[in-house]
Amino acid sequence: MTLVYFAWVRQKVGASEETIDLPPGISTVQGLIEHLEKRGAGYAEVFAHPERLRVAINQEHASVDAAIGDTDEVAFFPPVTGG
Amino acid sequence: MNTHIRIQNEDFDVNDELEALSSESSHVGAVASFVGLVRGDDKLTSLTLEHYPGMTEREIKSHVDEASKRWALLGVTIIHRVGMLAPGERIVLVAVASSHRGAAFEACEFLMDYLKTRAPFWKREDRSGESVWVEGRLSDNEAAKRWR
Repeated sequence: MTLVYFAWVRQKVGASEETIDLPPGISTVQGLIEHLEKRGAGYAEVFAHPERLRVAINQEHASVDAAIGDTDEVAFFPPVTGG
Repeated sequence: MNTHIRIQNEDFDVNDELEALSSESSHVGAVASFVGLVRGDDKLTSLTLEHYPGMTEREIKSHVDEASKRWALLGVTIIHRVGMLAPGERIVLVAVASSHRGAAFEACEFLMDYLKTRAPFWKREDRSGESVWVEGRLSDNEAAKRWR
């Protein structure tokens, strides 16, 4: 699956985009967040506080309960601040 | 109804855009517009905007579709700039054409409220030596809620 990051999430993770294999047994955004939290210090800083994050699946806003699959593009970012 | 959505680095000419929108149809009787600018608060040197290409256009389009269901619109132009902007520069234009002013005013405000709370843009404020990501404002969420 493709993961994309924006704003301070991108900076802390240290990448704007990456491809990972979705580990077996993970089927929701919440599960993915718990998996990503263990990937390193930058990830831990971001994913230990999911309440500060917003999520999009295949470029549509989604909740942490939403289901995900290995072909999805999942984006993590802070609350938007355009306009 | 014609919809023009552009995400771009370069500036735009407000008059050109409003004239183009005004001439979309002979039924246009009102064009309402909003222009957002970079405020030069607290020694701000620049504002940098990033966005989620693809999702941005899709999200804005869905709000324009929603607006056109609620109000009788004849045309909508939304231009949002990205990249590095200096204080005083234009960031965003939302312009709405309709037969009457009520629909134009309301749809313009509706689209702006949704741009602020749903469209995937992020602002970073740059001051001498430090950069800070702007945090989402609760008041913007409240403003968007009234349209539900």
